[in-house]
Order: sequence, then C-alpha cells, then structure tokens
Amino acid sequence: MIESLIAWILRAIPFGTIIMYGAMGEILTEKSGNLNLGVPGIMYLGGFAGFASSYYYEKLVPDPNGAVCVTLAIVCCLAASMLGGLIYSFLTITLRANQNVTGLALTIFGKGFANFFGAYILNGQSYTAAPLANSMFAHKIFPFADKAGVLGKTVFGYGFMVYAAIIMAIVMGIILSKTRVGLNLRAVGENPATADADAVSVNKYKYLATCIGAGISGLGGMYYVLDYNQGIWATTGQIEALGWLAVALVIFTTWKPVNAIWGAYLFGMFYWLYQFLPDIMGWKVASYVTDLIQMVPYVVTIIVLIVVSLRKKKENQPPESLGLSYFREDR
Amino acid sequence: MKEPLIRIVKRDMSPIPHKILVRAIAIILALVVDALFIYFVTGLNPFSVYVVMFNGTFGNQMRILWALRDMVTLLGIGIALAPAFKMKFWNIGAEGQVLIGGLATALVMTYCGNTFSTPVLFILMVASAIIAGGVWGLIPAIFKSKWGTNETLFTLMMNYIAISFTSAATNYMRGQASSLGKLNMGTKAGWMPKVFGQAFNVNIIVVFALMVVMFIYLTYSKHGYEITVVGESENTALYAGINVTKVRIRTMIISGAICGLVGFLLVSGRDQTISTNTAGGNGFTAIIVAWLAKFNPFYMALIAALLTFLSKGAAEIASTYALNDFAADILTGIILFFILGSEFFINYKLIFRHKEVRG
Repeated sequence: MIESLIAWILRAIPFGTIIMYGAMGEILTEKSGNLNLGVPGIMYLGGFAGFASSYYYEKLVPDPNGAVCVTLAIVCCLAASMLGGLIYSFLTITLRANQNVTGLALTIFGKGFANFFGAYILNGQSYTAAPLANSMFAHKIFPFADKAGVLGKTVFGYGFMVYAAIIMAIVMGIILSKTRVGLNLRAVGENPATADADAVSVNKYKYLATCIGAGISGLGGMYYVLDYNQGIWATTGQIEALGWLAVALVIFTTWKPVNAIWGAYLFGMFYWLYQFLPDIMGWKVASYVTDLIQMVPYVVTIIVLIVVSLRKKKENQPPESLGLSYFREDR
Repeated sequence: MKEPLIRIVKRDMSPIPHKILVRAIAIILALVVDALFIYFVTGLNPFSVYVVMFNGTFGNQMRILWALRDMVTLLGIGIALAPAFKMKFWNIGAEGQVLIGGLATALVMTYCGNTFSTPVLFILMVASAIIAGGVWGLIPAIFKSKWGTNETLFTLMMNYIAISFTSAATNYMRGQASSLGKLNMGTKAGWMPKVFGQAFNVNIIVVFALMVVMFIYLTYSKHGYEITVVGESENTALYAGINVTKVRIRTMIISGAICGLVGFLLVSGRDQTISTNTAGGNGFTAIIVAWLAKFNPFYMALIAALLTFLSKGAAEIASTYALNDFAADILTGIILFFILGSEFFINYKLIFRHKEVRG
C-alpha cells in the first residue's frame, strides 16, 4: 500500500510540474489583463521546439555535450513559445482583436505546427526519441536522493526542472506582490486606464507579461516531452489536455503563483487518482468507473471557481479587466 | 508635445464596401502566406497545391456532399453559439454541449432502440439530446447570474466533464469489445433515414433551416432584441426593464440545446456511434466562426465553408503528397490570424501626422 502511495507521488509531482509551468506563465499573462486561451498551443510550440532542437543536435553533432543540449533545448523552447505569445500580443494588444478567439486560433495553430513538423522528424515511425536530452533533464540533481529512503525518493528524486519551477513560483510571487514592477503589472490588469494615467506604459507591460508568460508556459511543454515523456516525441493530443488543465490550475491558485506549487501537485494527485486510489484502498474498480474518476480535477476547479465567486474576497478575484483590450480613447 | 506619427481613431460605422474590401484583402494575404508556407516546407508549386485542394473539396459530387456535411457541423455549432456570444456570454463549452447531446442520443438508441416505434424513438432521441445540451448550458448560466462566476472558465471545464461521461459510457457499452462500433448494427434503430441517398443529408437540411430561423430570431424577434441590448450593456438593459437574469438563462438554454441537437445529428445522421471525438474540436473552431461572422448566420456559412475548404483541401494535399493532416490546422491558424487582425482596420482608422484632416 505504501508502495502505491509512493508511486502515486512519484507520478504526481512530475505531472504537476508540467502544468505548474503552464499555469505560472498564464498567471503572469492574466495579471496583465490578457486571458490567453492559446496556452495549449504555446505548450505545443515549446515542447516541439525543445524536442526538435535537441533531437537534431544529438543526431548531427558527432560528440554531443549534455549541457549544450539542455541549453539549446531551453533557448529554442523559449524562442518558439515567446513567438507564439508575440503573435497573440500583436493581435490582441496592438490590433485589439478579441482575446478568447485569438487564443483559440493560436491553440489550433500551435497544435498543427508541432504535429505537422513533428511528423517530418518521425518520418513514418510512430515515435522517436532524444535520449541525451532526456538523460540530462531526468538526471536527479541531489546525489543523496537514492540513499535517503522514502523522503529522498519522493522529495529529492527529480530532475532540475521540478525545483526550478518551485523557485520560479516563489520569485514570481515576490515580484508580483512586493515590487514596483509587480504593482504596475497588477494595475494594468485591474484598471489599465488608471495605470495609464499614472504614466505606466500599458502596452509595454501587456506585451512583456504575455510574451514572458508564453515562454514560461512553453517550458511546461518542453518538460513534458523531454523529461516526463522520457524524451519521446509522438503525434499527440495529450499536450492540449495538459494546456487546458494548466488554465484550470490558474483558477485554482486564485492567480497566486505560490499556490501553483501545491495546487499543481494536488492536480497531479487528482489526475492519477483513478490509477492509484483503487490500488491503495484495495478496491476492484471497473474500467468505466476510472473514466468517471478522471473528471475529478475539473470538478474541483469548478467548485473553486464557484466558491471564489461566492466569497467575493477581493484578493481572490480574477484581474478586473481580464479579457478586455485597452483603448485609451475609449474612456 | 509633438504629435505622434500615427494616431488611431475609432470609426463610427464602416461602409459595407470598405468592410468587404478589408476582409477580402485579409483572406488573400492569408492565402498568399499559406502558399508561401506550402512552398517553403514542401517545395511544391503553391498554385498546383491549391488546385489539388480545390479538387479535394469539390472534385466530384460525393466530395461536395462530404464537404457540406463537415461544413454544417461547424455551422450548426456556430449557430448555437451566436445568441450566447451576442449577449457577451463566453460559451466556450460547445464541445461538451455537443458531446453530451450526442451521448444522450446514443444512450437512447442503445437502450430504447428495440422498445419504441421509430417515430417515438426519434422524438425521444431529439428530446434527450436537447435537454442534455440545454442543461449543460444552463448550469454555468445559473452560476454566472447568481454569483457572477466566470463563464469562460466554467464552460471550458464542463467540456472535460462531458468527455469523462462519454468515455465512461462508451467503455461501459462496448463491454469486452475493443471498440464500440456502430450502434444497433443489426436493427439500424435510431439511424437517420436516408434522404437523397445519404443519412447526413438530413443534417445539411436541418442546419440550413436552423440558419434561417436563427437569423430571424436574432434580427426580428423580441428575444433577439433583448439579447442585443444585454450584450451591448447590462445597465442599459436594466434601465430598459429587461430582466437580465432571465434573458441570460433563457439564451444559454437555447444555445446549449442547439448544441445538443447538433450532437444528435452527428450521432444519428453522421456517425451512428459515439466517441469522445464526436465533436472533434468543432466546438472550439465554431467559436471562431461565430465571432468572425459577427453572429450573422449567413456570414457564418461563408466562414464555415472557407474553413472546411482548408481542412478538406489540406487532407487532400496530405494524401496526394504523403504529408499529414495537421497542415490543415496550420493553414487554418494562419487564415484566422489574418482575419482577426483585419478587424482592426474595420473598427479603427489610422491617421498619419502629415495627412491630418482638419475639422
């Protein structure tokens, strides 16, 4: 039983890390008032760019170096996903196109882009791998992890991206709540006209937050392919589901990055509930029941959404102008 | 202070020729970018590619019918979404509303298929689909009205709950078999009767009829007027004595119910079975269709036709040149970006510093 619980945690934390990146990027974006429903598409772009760059590096360079491979994957992932964010920003901020529709179009585009070019790499096979990148990403950074028993295994036994996500969430939380930049960004998301009157450059903040946010979300896609999925690329619809789960997680955190840490792991536990809970409890469950259990993360998100709107606590609400584009002369 | 090089001014009303011109330019530019994309990626002559795409969509009578079948799926969902969006209720749960309607249909087909006579069975199928879809739309609307719960995120989550129910039900119905297969294969109970040779022709007829009805509903009925006012400004609606909660809930029931009806058409008329892919992303794409058409059902038909042409055409390129279907998503994405961007030039105009109009 304890074995199953450990296995469950070992599955939930890496899973949570994927959507934690996705959600952190989206929190930053939404703080500027942009509701970017292109997160799934951006995670496709980031995941594919990270995979493709390390795949070709490993294949074409005679003696590939692990550190270079990781750096290359991260840089390419950030570039691709930030480009996705830039398309969204240009359309919604400069051209004031509708945010929801633009985001959905970006999701269609990103999914198509990754799977279309992915098929070139696959070249007829059902999957292909980037083993060096995977070994670098999955490498346990704490050398004592294997010797420290259960705690070592469940807390210290992951690749560096897991811990980087936690640090990023804390840093982002501090920036948003304690610094001038964070204050300005929140002002832009809450009431752009007031921020504008206070000489905050609304468009600059929206562009930067959206593009950097897209970069962070994209890392989630890369982490999924190169670590969680063992460096394997296959034509997939899975990243789309993960992207929407990341959007759900943003609500769950009530727009606070620090909550994303435990929220993401909890989502990971919820997501894998169907496989491990029956094991632990010793239940025999029919397979159609496990299909029903899979709705738990979404039901929980709806409940959080309702409770948040019910309690009307000011600090838990979505940014006031979320989803609206800003035109100075509209006031 | 120096005047900026370019100023942006909101247009009050664009003349219709200007609107058409802007959109035409956007679509042409997008097709050019699509052609460049095809050329650089595949090295194929873009013009011959467009010829292949055209043949893939309109090559023979059967292909035209298939294209129409796919187009009305998109159009039907777009029609369902139009009243909700016009009211500024962001219903992005069409995927789930369609699926739950389809699931209700499939359950009735499976468990009542042998009990009732055909007319009664069809009435039950349609009614259950409409009710299921309507309930799926109603739930977020109630919470939005009572506590202002964000409907975009609520409806998005409802999609996944519908998917979960569908996969559980298909899993249960197929039992030990590896896939569900067509429902009622032996008796064909609940299969849409063939009209002009095809069962899905009924879908085409129903959706085109819905298109006209929805246009009339939105343009000429009192309900349509109330929807417009609520969408423009809730305060105006309150001042005009419109019961916003009532309008919102009524409209979302209608929106969800039509989605459910489309689910019925897909299950009974197109697939004769159900899977989690029955809606197949059309619920999301239809949002874009409804929005770009500014909720006019006739424009929606045009946009749905354009998107269907792209996806049918891309599928044809894929099989002709041994590429893959995902090219369709890229081409669609590019076209959507251009059309979305072009809206700006309809709603705003740029004034350059030197050409300033004095007034």
